Amino acid sequence: MVRKHSRSIGLSGPFGIATLLMLLAPVLVEATTAEEDMVWSGGLRHAYFGDRPIVQSDELIVLDAPKRAEDAAIVPISITALMPQTDERYIKTIYLFVDKNPGPLAGQFHFTPRSGRADLAFRVRVNAYSPIRAIAETNDGELFMSRRFIKATGGCSAPAGSDLDAAMARLGKIKLKTDNDLQIAEPTAVQLMISHPNLSGMQMDQLTRMYAPAQFIRHVKVSFEGEEVFSAETGFGISENPSFRFYFVPEREGKLTAEISDTNDLQFSQTLQIAPASAPELVSN
Amino acid sequence: MLSHQRKSNSRRMLIMQLGCAFFALSCATTPPQHASCSSPTDVVQVASGVYVRPGHAAVVFEGEQIANIGFVVGDRCVAVIDTGGSVAEGRALDCAIRELTDRPVCYAINTHVHPDHLLGNAAFQRPGVEFVGHAKLPRALALRGDIYLARASAFEGRELDASRLIFPERTVAGVVKLDIGGRILSVRAHKSAHTDNDISVVDETTKTAFLGDLVFLEHIPVIDGSINGWLVELDDLTGESWEYVVPGHGPARASWPAAAAPTVQYLTGLRDQVRAWIASGSDLASAQDRIGAPPSDGWQLAERYQRRNVGAAYAELEWED
Repeated sequence: MVRKHSRSIGLSGPFGIATLLMLLAPVLVEATTAEEDMVWSGGLRHAYFGDRPIVQSDELIVLDAPKRAEDAAIVPISITALMPQTDERYIKTIYLFVDKNPGPLAGQFHFTPRSGRADLAFRVRVNAYSPIRAIAETNDGELFMSRRFIKATGGCSAPAGSDLDAAMARLGKIKLKTDNDLQIAEPTAVQLMISHPNLSGMQMDQLTRMYAPAQFIRHVKVSFEGEEVFSAETGFGISENPSFRFYFVPEREGKLTAEISDTNDLQFSQTLQIAPASAPELVSN
Repeated sequence: MLSHQRKSNSRRMLIMQLGCAFFALSCATTPPQHASCSSPTDVVQVASGVYVRPGHAAVVFEGEQIANIGFVVGDRCVAVIDTGGSVAEGRALDCAIRELTDRPVCYAINTHVHPDHLLGNAAFQRPGVEFVGHAKLPRALALRGDIYLARASAFEGRELDASRLIFPERTVAGVVKLDIGGRILSVRAHKSAHTDNDISVVDETTKTAFLGDLVFLEHIPVIDGSINGWLVELDDLTGESWEYVVPGHGPARASWPAAAAPTVQYLTGLRDQVRAWIASGSDLASAQDRIGAPPSDGWQLAERYQRRNVGAAYAELEWED
C-alpha cells in the first residue's frame, strides 16, 4: 500500500520517505516552538527590537545552556562568538533573555574591539520551562539570535538561592582574575565574581513582607588603563553572587579595573595588575 | 477499592505489630478507631510513642510520600514532625495519629523549607496546633513558596491557593524545649547545612532524634544550603548519645552516629573533587560535565541530583580563601 501510494505521487523507496520527513520536519519544529515562543513573539521581541530583522541561526554566536536546569538558582550558560572582534566589525552588545522569568532580560553586555572575543559566560535563574535566547548586535546594527530551551526541574530548588546570609556577609567582595597563561596582545579570559545576593524582591509574601527587599547589581564596567573592554546592565535574572567570564586584549602591562554598582547605589571596585609572563597580582583598592 | 482498603489496613496492622514485637512494647490495647478517618497512612513505631511514616525516594513533585515524616505522642498532646508533600499526605498522617491516640495535635514542626516535608501543613491548620520552624524558615518560604505552589499545582493537576503555605508561628533560633506531657522535645536550629533553615527534634524520653534532611540514607544527599556548614553540623552532632535517629530519607530508623557516615563521606568526597576543579581553573559548567555523572556508590536518584550538587558546591567553594 505504502509503495503504491509512494509511486502514485512520483516518489520511490527510501528517497521518498526521506523527502517526506524532510518536508514534515520543519513543520513539526515550527509547531512546538510557536507555543514555547509565545512570550517572545507576543511582545518581548517588539518591546526590545521593534520590527528590526533578527537572524535566528547559530552563525554568529552560539548559546550553550543545559537542557535541564538541576538547580533553578544557578544555571550556567555561555555564549561563544564565531567572529573575532576587529575595529571594522565587532559584536557591540549581547542581550540575554529568559522568556518566562519575571524580568525576562537577564542582562545586556557590551563589548569593544579591545574585547578580542565577545565570548561570555555567567549564571542565570530560570523560573520555569522557558526558551532562553542570546541576541548579538553587531556594530553595523545586525541582529543574530541563538535560542535554546531549558527545563527547570528539581522540585526543591527555587530561583532564590540557598544561603543569602553568606552572600550578604561578604557583600561587595570581588574576585578578579585572569587565565594563568596570559599573553600580551592575545585575547585573555577574565573572571569577575561579586559576592551579592542579587535579590529580585519579587518573591515577597504579604504575610512576611520585608524579608527580601530588592537589591541587585545594575551596572558592571571593566576597563583596562581607562579604556572600556566590557560593560553590562544586569537584572535579577542573574544568579546570586554574579560571576562573569569574558575576554580582553592586554596590549601592554597595565591595570584592569572592575566597577560595580547595585540598586541601592552601593559601589564596589577591584583592580588587577596585568603583567605578561608572570602571575597577575591583586592591587588593593 | 474496598479490598484495597482492607489490604492496606491489614498491612498497617502487621507493620504496627512487627514494630511492637521488635521493641517489646505492649500491644494489648486496640488503637481507638475514628469513623471520620478513611485513609490513614502506614506508620511504624520506631521507639515508644515515636512513629514514622516511611518515605520512598523520588524527585520532588515527581512522586508522593517522598520524605520520612512522623510524630511523637505525649501524655498531653501530639507533636507532628514534618507534614509531607501535600495536604492529602498531611491528612493521611493526621488520620494515622487519630487511629493511635485521642490526644490532640499541639505542634506541627517543620524541619526545613522543602516541599516534600512541608506542603502537608494545611492539613494541621486548626485551633490548638502551633507551627514551629527555624528562624530563617519564613524568609525561605517567602522566597520559594510561590514556586513550590506552582509546581505542586502542576503535579497535582489542580489549582492550589496561597493559604496552603503555612508559616511558622513559633520560630527557633537556638534550642527550644516543647513539653507535650510526660516528655520533652528538644527543638534545635542549625546553622546553614542541608538548607539554611534546618532544625532537628529530639525526644528526650527515648533519645530518638528526627534529623530532617541533615542525614540522608540511600537517597543521595541534596545540597541546598552549605556543603561546608553541613559537614560542620554533622561533625558536631556525631557526639550526641542518641539511641536512634530518623533520617529525612532512607529507612525510618537508623542508629547513631553510624547513620551520619554515608552523608559525611559523600559530602567530603564531593568537596574534595569540586575544590580540585576550581583550583584547576575549570568553570562551573565544565565541572558539572566532568564530575556530574552519578557516583558509583549506589545512591538513589544520583542521576537527578549529582549535577545539582556539583553546581551548589562549586558556587559555594569558589568563595573560599
